[in-house]
Amino acid sequence: MNVAVLLNAMPGAVSQGLIWGVMAIGVYVTYKILDFADLTVDGTMALGGAVCVMLMMRGVPMPLAMLAAVLAGMLAGLATGLFHTAMGIPPILAGILTQLSLYSINLWIMGFKANQGISVTKYCLLVSGRNVRALAANNPIFVMAIVHAALIGLLYWFFGTEKGCALRATGANERMARAQGINTSRGKVLGLMISNGIVALSSAILSQYQGAVDVNMGRGAIVIGLAAVIISEVLFGRLFTNFALKLSGVAIGAVLYYIVLQFVLWLGLDTNMLKLLSALVVALFLAVPYWNGRFRANMARREARQNA
Amino acid sequence: MLELNALRKVFNPRTVNEKIALDGVDLRLEDGDFVTVIGGNGAGKSTLLNAIAGVWPLDGGSVRIDGEDVTSLVEHERARWLGRVFQDPMTGTAATMQIEENLALAMRRGRKRGLRRGITRAERELFRGKLADLGLGLEDRMSAKVGLLSGGQRQALTLLMATMQRPRLLLLDEHTAALDPRTALKVLELTDRIVRENHLMTLMVTHNMRDAIAYGNRLVMMYEGRVIMDISGEEKRALTVPMLLEKFALLSGDDFASDRALLS
Repeated sequence: MNVAVLLNAMPGAVSQGLIWGVMAIGVYVTYKILDFADLTVDGTMALGGAVCVMLMMRGVPMPLAMLAAVLAGMLAGLATGLFHTAMGIPPILAGILTQLSLYSINLWIMGFKANQGISVTKYCLLVSGRNVRALAANNPIFVMAIVHAALIGLLYWFFGTEKGCALRATGANERMARAQGINTSRGKVLGLMISNGIVALSSAILSQYQGAVDVNMGRGAIVIGLAAVIISEVLFGRLFTNFALKLSGVAIGAVLYYIVLQFVLWLGLDTNMLKLLSALVVALFLAVPYWNGRFRANMARREARQNA
Repeated sequence: MLELNALRKVFNPRTVNEKIALDGVDLRLEDGDFVTVIGGNGAGKSTLLNAIAGVWPLDGGSVRIDGEDVTSLVEHERARWLGRVFQDPMTGTAATMQIEENLALAMRRGRKRGLRRGITRAERELFRGKLADLGLGLEDRMSAKVGLLSGGQRQALTLLMATMQRPRLLLLDEHTAALDPRTALKVLELTDRIVRENHLMTLMVTHNMRDAIAYGNRLVMMYEGRVIMDISGEEKRALTVPMLLEKFALLSGDDFASDRALLS
């Protein structure tokens, strides 16, 4: 095994991690703040790219195309939100329904082709995988650091406003929120829209980075997002108590996830097995707090028995 | 003024578990009334408060606050008139948010929430003073997460949150039932003080007959979804637990032993 190969792959891994980190922050908004496991993201993670690439191919400037992608993502969040709040469908199922609809919608947007390319030589792109080793302003790592600073700053501001606080209260204790006059249904819809807007932004960036959008691009995105959230919680849970630091932690979590991924690929794991590995890792990390609690309960019981 | 007119609520209608929780409740509270509500398990006490708060739609009747019909309004829309404290100390506050953040949320009850700061410096000073009044030392822990507080502290905080924006009606749903006797007494005294100081129209559900007699100017007894007794003034002041038990047996035609929960 050649260590140089691994090191050579690192800039790409970090770039991808940072791009997926944007999506992970979107997942954080629903999963941690709203306490809503939103499976829409698997669909939104292809939707943003589809909208962005197809618009750019029709001559729309890149910033506008990305804005449209974000708005499309927010619409997807709106759909899931209405499935849940207006139609009473449980969160997971509401997300799955939108996700499934998005598969058709994404194909429709992409002219019923499974993928569409957008070359960096012909278009002005925000980031491109070709520049991962460039020591220049267009290096994706550098660009993504700025994107993260802006995004985290914006979210930090928003969740400190009256509306943002109301949203946090909705996720923390719905009954209390309603008793304090907060429209929790509207809050959930708003939260889902924000989250999916962020995910679509990530998707639009990823498709530019790859130079193509693929209808299956978002498959398993929710698991990657959860992995990033959980990794950051396990590693920085005690250290990062400030909200902005927590969001940064999620982005770092995504980067670490991609570095680990690169590492196991270097060890010789088949690319096709990656999703299985991701799922198992997330399952394991989700189980840790549960096992911890059970272990402590057992200890307490044993102590009580000894004292009796 | 609160006017409840023929409130009716049926849970699980047309099933074997059908339960008529409210069976035509008429009740009228004047400004400054502090009414204690007693009754056995399943008498409809908590259901009555939930009906007023708009937790679910009614099956009949109307709720008017200061003459305004709020029957068609949902829970969060009615919140502008209501301060609420629940039986479970976990319910009234957001555990993962700071003490001051919880208070700031309560400060905005009944107001439009926009993109202004969720908590201001002036508010922090106000909260510090209010918390100091509670005498629990919470004024020095304002940025602590509420989840770290004890049940009694959380109920005191919820009480403060419910009354900081002066509510037209304060709803207390057995808010001391989950506390140990000493803490319960403290929270009750605090409740009494806040209600008197702010001259609040209050409905307090309790399991405890002594508390129901000791506090408030009016006592309402419920039985099987109806109000079977409504005592105020001199008569309420002269009331004792044995007298209450006797009245209960007389009015409900039920032997008290079959409803022991009333005593607790």
